[in-house]
Amino acid sequence: MHTPDSLRYVRSHEWASAPDDGVVTVGISDFAQDQLGDVVFVELPDVGRQVAAGEAIAVVESVKTASDIYAPLAGEVVAVNEGLEDAPEAINAAPYEGGWLFKLRVDDPSAWDGLLDAAGYEAVAEAD
Amino acid sequence: MQRTPLYEAHEALGARIVDFAGWAMPIQYPSGINHEHLAVRQDVGVFDVSHMGELRVRGAEAVPFLRWSTLNDAGKLRVGRGQYSMLPNDQGGLVDDLYLYRDADDDFLVVANAGNVDVVDGQLRRLSEGFDVVIEDESERWALIAIQGPGAALLLERLSNSDLAAVRKNQTVDVHVGGCPVRLARTGYTGEDGFEAFVAPADAVAVWDLVVEAGAAPCGLGARDTLRLEAGFPLYGHELGPDTNPLATPFAWVVKDKPFFGREAMWGVEPGKRLVGLRLDGRGIARQGYEVTDERGTPLGEVTSGTLSPLTREAIAMAWVRTSHAEPGSVVQVLIRGQAVRATVVVPPFYGR
Repeated sequence: MHTPDSLRYVRSHEWASAPDDGVVTVGISDFAQDQLGDVVFVELPDVGRQVAAGEAIAVVESVKTASDIYAPLAGEVVAVNEGLEDAPEAINAAPYEGGWLFKLRVDDPSAWDGLLDAAGYEAVAEAD
Repeated sequence: MQRTPLYEAHEALGARIVDFAGWAMPIQYPSGINHEHLAVRQDVGVFDVSHMGELRVRGAEAVPFLRWSTLNDAGKLRVGRGQYSMLPNDQGGLVDDLYLYRDADDDFLVVANAGNVDVVDGQLRRLSEGFDVVIEDESERWALIAIQGPGAALLLERLSNSDLAAVRKNQTVDVHVGGCPVRLARTGYTGEDGFEAFVAPADAVAVWDLVVEAGAAPCGLGARDTLRLEAGFPLYGHELGPDTNPLATPFAWVVKDKPFFGREAMWGVEPGKRLVGLRLDGRGIARQGYEVTDERGTPLGEVTSGTLSPLTREAIAMAWVRTSHAEPGSVVQVLIRGQAVRATVVVPPFYGR
């Protein structure tokens, strides 16, 4: 399992990058993409939508199953990864780079520090 | 969980193992379901299907017994051939779907789904009362390896040093692979040319390894499911079940017009619905149990299986719909997570042959 130290994570297997001017990028972890298997379809939220932390706002669908994606932090959706429409397999190939899902302008950037760090997340994932 | 003789081979290949009908089976290998699927469509793949059950039906009255207890006509099955069939219940539905192989005039091997072996065995034994037949569970005596794809025949010709060109679809032939006796049947569940190899459990690893070393991609149950669905084949528990009248499915051809157990409940009853193929707009997957409606939202039925075709990249499904919407070209809707997605009724297979 590949879990970059620079990111923060939540138990539902999403990652969030460090706030840059209040904006975090969100995707699913390497562990999550491996569990899902080949991703074939992604439903992304509308840009401009206000979301609460823990709210289901996207769906990642693999051959095996459809999985809800939760907002790791509260904020506004400011961008979505439109490239995933034609190439959802980027989530498998590069879950922390080309496979990102959406960007949030977070209400409280300091809340990011309270999410799981890489070691904390790996412990959670291994117990799953 | 039960393990097939190939369990360690799957682990060594890095397979993800899941519980399937009480068996620890590979759902996929590290290359993934799409890769495995395309390997079978374009070249050759190999599947462990040793979890399937085998029942021997032998005796002077094996033919009249199987003509009574199963839906296809075992009397038309020639020695050395296989036949797709189904086991009916007395409610007009199905206990399982089956493959019959005739090894001699009075000797048949019946292959049943892993999860249904015991109920199939029980029903055959009950119905065999009064017939001169003996039924034996041979499941422990057979490992079953499916070699499937356009390259399957060539690969097996090399490994068995034999000419398979004359072996016709549904025909069986006895060969040796790596010194191990192998009964090859030109059958499969992928829509491609291919063979299913019956081998002794003790020989399974040797045969599997030779097939993999010869270039066949190891394939798990995930690809087996996407391949059979793309080809329009049914899976018991999805398209077929205790409440499924096979006469309302594309597999009605299996049911032959002869006396059989449960005929009154099945024959001449109009179920009012049909099992059809659907091609969906967009790429969301219609999964089992999702509702199908007409364009006004009136319920028509439900989805039995769905996937994204790895070959055509289209969302495809099989579903029950009311007869009013069962004609090819009919437009319906599938409710995917509350959203109505447009779909068109089509006749499987879902890809060009």
